[in-house]
Amino acid sequence: MARLSDQPSARPDAAVLLDRPIGGALRAAGFVFTRGLGIIILLVVWEALARSGMFTAFLLPTFSATLERIWNDALSGELLGNLGVTLYRAVAGFAIATVLGIVLGTLMSRLGVIRWFFDPIISVGFPMPKIAFLPIVILWLGFYDVPKISMVAIEAVFPVVTATMIGIQGVERELIWSARNMGANGREVVFHVVVPAAFPQIMTGLQVALPIALIVAIVTEMLMGGYGVGGAMINASRLADSRGVFAGIVEIAVIGFFMVKGMALLRRRMLLWHQEALEPTTV
Amino acid sequence: MKTFVRYLPLLLLAIAWEATARLGLVSSLALPALSAVAGAWLELVQDKDFWLNAGASLYRASAGLFLAIVIGAILGIAMAWWRPLNILLGSIVEMFYPMPKSALIPVTALWLGFGDGSKILLIFLGCMLPVTLGAFNGARSSDRTLVWSSRSMGASRLRVLWDVVIPSAMPELLNGIRTALALSFILLVTSEQIVSRQGLGYLIGYLGANGSYDAMFAVVMTVAFLGFAADRVYQILMQRALAWRD
Repeated sequence: MARLSDQPSARPDAAVLLDRPIGGALRAAGFVFTRGLGIIILLVVWEALARSGMFTAFLLPTFSATLERIWNDALSGELLGNLGVTLYRAVAGFAIATVLGIVLGTLMSRLGVIRWFFDPIISVGFPMPKIAFLPIVILWLGFYDVPKISMVAIEAVFPVVTATMIGIQGVERELIWSARNMGANGREVVFHVVVPAAFPQIMTGLQVALPIALIVAIVTEMLMGGYGVGGAMINASRLADSRGVFAGIVEIAVIGFFMVKGMALLRRRMLLWHQEALEPTTV
Repeated sequence: MKTFVRYLPLLLLAIAWEATARLGLVSSLALPALSAVAGAWLELVQDKDFWLNAGASLYRASAGLFLAIVIGAILGIAMAWWRPLNILLGSIVEMFYPMPKSALIPVTALWLGFGDGSKILLIFLGCMLPVTLGAFNGARSSDRTLVWSSRSMGASRLRVLWDVVIPSAMPELLNGIRTALALSFILLVTSEQIVSRQGLGYLIGYLGANGSYDAMFAVVMTVAFLGFAADRVYQILMQRALAWRD
């Protein structure tokens, strides 16, 4: 794939922009502005619509009132507490799914028996709306963190397993043969050749799994109530506190955005050796 | 025989389930036997209420998904076709794409109440972006030389859009719709469990609260199976539709 030479200037890279100090900074600012133009317009339209009196403050609170609400929550420490709880659940479940998914995916591609046993379970389970199983998980694991983290892990593990398998299947035979030839044993081949070579694919799986983890953490909180951003939103909705609901949406949108962006950055850092690291990222 | 060996693990799991429940390894409250769940399912199917709830769910999911596909596809292709629209909407799509769509459940309930409207709006909003992004990426990556040669052979811009850009956007668009299909089930079930008086999700919560766990398991399995079946049927249709590709 000769993608590198295909698109020499597909995207103004930050490094290029920063070459010349002043002009570069201005251009970077302009770049951010055009990229964020839609968002700015959306927020202005929101504020204008809410102020125009077409909607009651109950249906559509103003953006400024929503921001004020977030600010107040931040001052009272409520925001940090709820965000912390939600992020903890999402990240804990995601971490479990990552370890479990990579291990299972690797075992499935190396051992026939494990592949035979898990293959139909994965292929039937992947497209299922697993969130429907939440009442059963609650029945087994009770309330609080454990069932929520388990649900997150259950939903997030599927993309990791399939991505790991696809990645390992795509590893070039020559790499494995040469490693063997130079005296690597089975374990060394797996840890030093197969998994690293499959890592770009695995990373893609993780990038799919992370937003899922956040979604499921919030959904379980909404379904079960209690602490967390999802629980706070559902409470606000029951109390007809629309500012609270919109504050939740803004918070979740911002966290989701930074999580996905952070993951894309991490990918570029970790896969610097891989040619696709220089490709423009789409999401 | 080959399929049997392939799906044997599922059968083994079912047998293990039945055995664990039968042998009393776990309480029948936590895990009703598979046969009890099957019996509860047979009873449910004869109940008119079950079909009313299933009908409500089906109506909401298909209406929301239909709107999402039509509007999302038009929007995505328009964004690839007309640059100003891309500049304007690109950042909004990018911002909202990673956002957990379930965050909208309380808002749609606030706006449209507990009935069909709020679920349809939720599914429409939640499922639109994957479709839009699929259509956008597909249309943008349509082969330049194809566009140029059809233009030079005298095709009008609209003609090129219809005969070149849309067909080449199809594979990615159809993939986006597949994501949307999976998403619609998740959104439907959760929103019905949280704010609803009808639908399969509501039925799960209702049966669970009443302690009839075997019936609850039956509905959960039904929803899971429907999601699985919808995906498989869609995949077959997709392969049919894309049979022209080599």
